[in-house]
Amino acid sequence: MKKYFAIFHIRFVNTLQYRAAALAGLSTQFAWGFMLIFSFAAFYRVNPNSFPMEFSHTVSFIWIQQAFLALFALWFWDDDIANSILDGGIAYDLVRPINLYGKWFSTSAAKRLARAVLRCIPILFVAFILPAPYRLILPPSLLQFALFILSTTLGLGVVVAFAMLVYTSLFYTVSPSGIRVMVMVLGDFLSGGIVPLPFFPAPVRNVVELLPFASMLNMPARIYSGSIAGMDALSGILLQCFWLAALVLIGTLISRRVLKRVIVQGG
Amino acid sequence: MITLENINKTFRVAKRQAGFSNAFKALFSREYEHIHALSNVSFTINEGEMVGYIGPNGAGKSTTIKIMCGVLTPESGICQINGLTPWKHRISHVREIGVVFGQRSQLWWDVPVIDSFELIRDIYKTDRIAYKKNLEELSHLLELTEILKTPARSLSLGQRMRCEIAASLLHSPKILFLDEPTIGLDAPSKLAVRQFIKELNQKNGTTVLLTTHDMQDIEALSERILLIGKGKILLDGSLNELKKRATNRKTLIIEYAGKPPEICEGMSVIEDKNKRIIITLDPDVISITDAISRLSADTAISDLSIASITAEEMVAALYREYSI
Repeated sequence: MKKYFAIFHIRFVNTLQYRAAALAGLSTQFAWGFMLIFSFAAFYRVNPNSFPMEFSHTVSFIWIQQAFLALFALWFWDDDIANSILDGGIAYDLVRPINLYGKWFSTSAAKRLARAVLRCIPILFVAFILPAPYRLILPPSLLQFALFILSTTLGLGVVVAFAMLVYTSLFYTVSPSGIRVMVMVLGDFLSGGIVPLPFFPAPVRNVVELLPFASMLNMPARIYSGSIAGMDALSGILLQCFWLAALVLIGTLISRRVLKRVIVQGG
Repeated sequence: MITLENINKTFRVAKRQAGFSNAFKALFSREYEHIHALSNVSFTINEGEMVGYIGPNGAGKSTTIKIMCGVLTPESGICQINGLTPWKHRISHVREIGVVFGQRSQLWWDVPVIDSFELIRDIYKTDRIAYKKNLEELSHLLELTEILKTPARSLSLGQRMRCEIAASLLHSPKILFLDEPTIGLDAPSKLAVRQFIKELNQKNGTTVLLTTHDMQDIEALSERILLIGKGKILLDGSLNELKKRATNRKTLIIEYAGKPPEICEGMSVIEDKNKRIIITLDPDVISITDAISRLSADTAISDLSIASITAEEMVAALYREYSI
């Protein structure tokens, strides 16, 4: 296990040094956050009772989404993995006494966490001091906060495990962009990245809430705001555990198969 | 101890003619060509040997190395390295080997080299004392002390390559695979790398398999040469044997004053200008002693050197002979 932590560590430190990227990301996330909140505010003003989530819950959901975008957005791809598959750098990964899936999982998770750490502090800080209706409120209880942390960790795992399936598909295709665009659009929508899942019509919502996408951003952001609490939060976390285990299992099996047919071209 | 028996590896490559209509046709049916990268490759390398693996581009050198490292799986054949089959027991196998792919990098681009080294230490679970000892020795021999704190991206190619070689040896592997380790290096770096590999082999008894296009590498390093062409092992022998096989003609380079020396049977002139003549001779027709006394009979010779063909000429001759 220690070697995977070592890989996690070097990737984390390596990513922390890209300050300009963090600043750019920060300003984008502020702009997006305000834009979303103001549009929702306009809708709520018409009739606050026709919405499935309280306005303060929706605001918290959006700030958590923006602050931890790097953790949960499927489209934060790890280009190093794609490049190592496409340019053959994977040859060096394969001459090390490590499991390739484990290595990639560690680097991906580390990269997301490092990016999130750089971005989340200023966003959370500003979101906490904003005037009342637009402010990020604290979770309803300490227990709820603990559940949020647990759910965030699991959510990160689900996102990384799902992205790994996309990376391994690169062994079959020459260009990563097709599958990526598909997953990006679908994933963003189905994980509540565009509109939170409670806003979906009931029959659709019942299905969507069971999909792996619902275990990504949706679960931790809603647990934080208190829109999911108590037993619902626990069963949500159990669902996250299920998807994490299932996706890791599928990913491991695929990567084991795929490594048998690796071709490293040229030199 | 490395044994390969009848290793075969085929790649499938999509082919089509140039042009739009052919590109359109290829959308529906593709033609594939099967390239036999390796056919029935067999050889044995004993512990402590230093072997040069040569052949033209695309002959199958890198493919063989990648099979021996467990990166590629061949279609058929047996490969045993210290009792393990690389592609079946990849993880326990790669613990015992070191690999340098000259055209790729194993260092983390944006962090100091020493961080990459420590990551490698953790991956191989090398104990700290052994790691420290190895690091000190490698830094000393490859002159790394100054550059360990520099990020890999700021290193020159020569510095980086020395770091790459050090990185592959931190876990004291028993076997070292070097795939074009001197590619793109300047003369001092090449000499340093060669000297280092030689010492490593002699002192620690590390088995070394080296592919290169630089025949001076081969001349400086390998006792034994494997020649591969079009996926087949063509020759296996010592450098001298191969040179003799290519030709045993000797080359004489003579600088003289006054009139040019007289040529006799068994000699032929390659070049004669500025009072410098290059002659090749066949020692079966005329011995070197006779040749020199004949040549110096009427001419004042100011300088004389005798050489066999260079490794480069030998390889060119061998490639011609096997039309590879």
